[in-house]
Amino acid sequence: MKRRNAGWWFAAPALAVIVVFFVAPVLAGFAMSLTDFDIYALADLSNLRVVYLRNYVELLQRPLFWKALANTLYFVGVGVPLSLALSLGAALLLHSPLARFQPFFRTALFAPVVTTVVAVAVIWRYLFATRNGFLNYALGAFGIPPIDWLGDPHFAMPAIIVFAVWKNFGYNMIILLAGLQNIPRDLYESARIDGASAFDRFRYVTLPMLSPLLTIVAILTVAGYFQLFAEPYVMTQGGPLQSTVSVLYFMYEEGFKWWNLGNASAVAFLLFLLIFAVTLVQMRQARRAGAMW
Amino acid sequence: MTGIARALRSAAALVVAGTLVAACSRHAADVTVVRFWAMGREGEVVTALVPEFERTHPGIRVDVQQLPWSAAHEKLLTAFAGDATPDVCQLGNTWIPEFVALGALEPLDAAVASSSVDPHDFFGGIWDTNVVAGRLYGVPWYVDTRLLFYRRDLLEAAGVGDVPTSWPDWVRTLAALKANAQAGRYPILLPLNEVEPLVALALQQPDPLLRDGAQYGNFRSTGFRRALAFYAAMFRDGYAPILTASDTSNVWNDFGRGMFAFYITGPWNIGEFQRRLPAAVQTAWTTAPLPGPEGPGASIAGGASLVVFRASRAKAAAWQLVEYLARPDVSLRFHALTGDLPPRRSTWNDASLASDVHARAFRDQLERVKPAPKVPEWERIADEIRVMAERVVRGGASLDDAVRELDARADRILEKRRWLLARGGQRG
Repeated sequence: MKRRNAGWWFAAPALAVIVVFFVAPVLAGFAMSLTDFDIYALADLSNLRVVYLRNYVELLQRPLFWKALANTLYFVGVGVPLSLALSLGAALLLHSPLARFQPFFRTALFAPVVTTVVAVAVIWRYLFATRNGFLNYALGAFGIPPIDWLGDPHFAMPAIIVFAVWKNFGYNMIILLAGLQNIPRDLYESARIDGASAFDRFRYVTLPMLSPLLTIVAILTVAGYFQLFAEPYVMTQGGPLQSTVSVLYFMYEEGFKWWNLGNASAVAFLLFLLIFAVTLVQMRQARRAGAMW
Repeated sequence: MTGIARALRSAAALVVAGTLVAACSRHAADVTVVRFWAMGREGEVVTALVPEFERTHPGIRVDVQQLPWSAAHEKLLTAFAGDATPDVCQLGNTWIPEFVALGALEPLDAAVASSSVDPHDFFGGIWDTNVVAGRLYGVPWYVDTRLLFYRRDLLEAAGVGDVPTSWPDWVRTLAALKANAQAGRYPILLPLNEVEPLVALALQQPDPLLRDGAQYGNFRSTGFRRALAFYAAMFRDGYAPILTASDTSNVWNDFGRGMFAFYITGPWNIGEFQRRLPAAVQTAWTTAPLPGPEGPGASIAGGASLVVFRASRAKAAAWQLVEYLARPDVSLRFHALTGDLPPRRSTWNDASLASDVHARAFRDQLERVKPAPKVPEWERIADEIRVMAERVVRGGASLDDAVRELDARADRILEKRRWLLARGGQRG
């Protein structure tokens, strides 16, 4: 009897922390998403109405929510593959026996991850400047006319993607580099003896050996990129024409700018469900491919 | 050994110091502390005005807290939720309806009636922003409105002698400037992320922006349509470039180089222009009241007021501070320190302000300012106006669609207000 409960007692402190700091706020947030909590309710709780799923129904009818969702999917759909490819490419280059000054490059490529987004945003705003930004100067060398990166609704999201990918790829690069260094060298050796070309060795040795790690990295990156917020917040404030409003940015405005906490909680829940669903699909695919348990 | 002795000695010193502090604070018990929150530059500068108040009001000590503007709104709401509101606060006058709805502010009608504050000395439109449902909740501290900043030399070069005062004149001036401008230069700058110029044009119209006691949007009215059409035509006819303020990283630089001749902005830019424009154009720029459809028109009544919080336990002392800061002479010193424009006519009679060429247009405009609708939802609705106006300007929506959509959005935002009013009606 006692012995059977012992495990629970050992886990209790951790469980208590999880309940207090995770489960309870999530449940409270869900409860709030079923109400129309706003400044009137803050003034007097009798002004609070339980609206059940109306926040959700109305959200699904709001063009801006769909726009935010489309912007976020665009960001995830383009940003994640780009970020993974860049991380993997950089990791392969660093791992190459030909690479010189490896510690220096590793640090340099990792540096954007640890710098604050606000500080680098200032620099990137200069790079993206229409009239004398470096990016347009470089494109001008190829005869491409200047692009209004942050002011044109068509180019603002690509600009945000470039910025975010640059800012974040170093993190995955370090993880993948560690994975590469763990692949036994004899596998490459025997592949070479069997006559495999460099591409074959990458395709049939590196990728399969790296795939569990790649799956983890992909899942984390997707979940992270769905939560796009800081980049548009500091670069474009959601503009031009709301082309860089992400779901999280939308939620921030609903919650903290307009103080519609009921609505904001509903957005948070929808985003949670979305990330959860995408992660489930990813895990199922990975399992089918044998990359994970 | 000596180390321990030194440690003991400093510990003893600490104890003595602690006792002294405790003694002081016990002594200070008969002093009323007024907690005063002020934002940004005003928060820094007001500390210079406090010593005289404390000297003339023995028994009151003012504790000034500075808040950055960007965090002020959140901080105030959090303070309200946590019962930690200050006694006196500087509050942007568009925020007043929201804090009134929260029941956070103390009505000031009685205090004003029995004090030296003369409501009729204040500009009517500005005073009106502090009155919600017939009760007064704040005393204007400084005023803000939007009007024309313009380059006289560019107008003269285009053959325009007088600055326009009506919309038709204005359009003629813009056309003349356009004909005279080099490529890439524009007659006027209207950044698409600033909704205030459009709201000012809309306030010039006879139709209110919200109808039926501010329960529904009134954007399909002829007045708003006319304002939005006029605004959109400025872009369509190539008078204003289609851009946001973040695209013009340096407005002063561009204005100095003559990239545009008109700019609708507020009083803080008088100081900025004087500081940042090159010496060569310092005599070439000045300000003018906002043109209206048929002659000098209205503009937005903005600025900040001083409010007393309902939860304050030092309301009498708090009011004395408000009364002191509202005095014309103190207001004049405040203007000298910040450049903020005073809300009382008697302050404006002072030579330093009356002779200020750039401020003169504001003096004139302030007689014609109107408050934006005084509902807590207004800033949200104004944001929707900004979004829809940008869509019209960039060609994504027709005028008819835009005003219909704006009404729909405003009605949805005001739904809770309608419910509260209906419920209040049932009770009463």
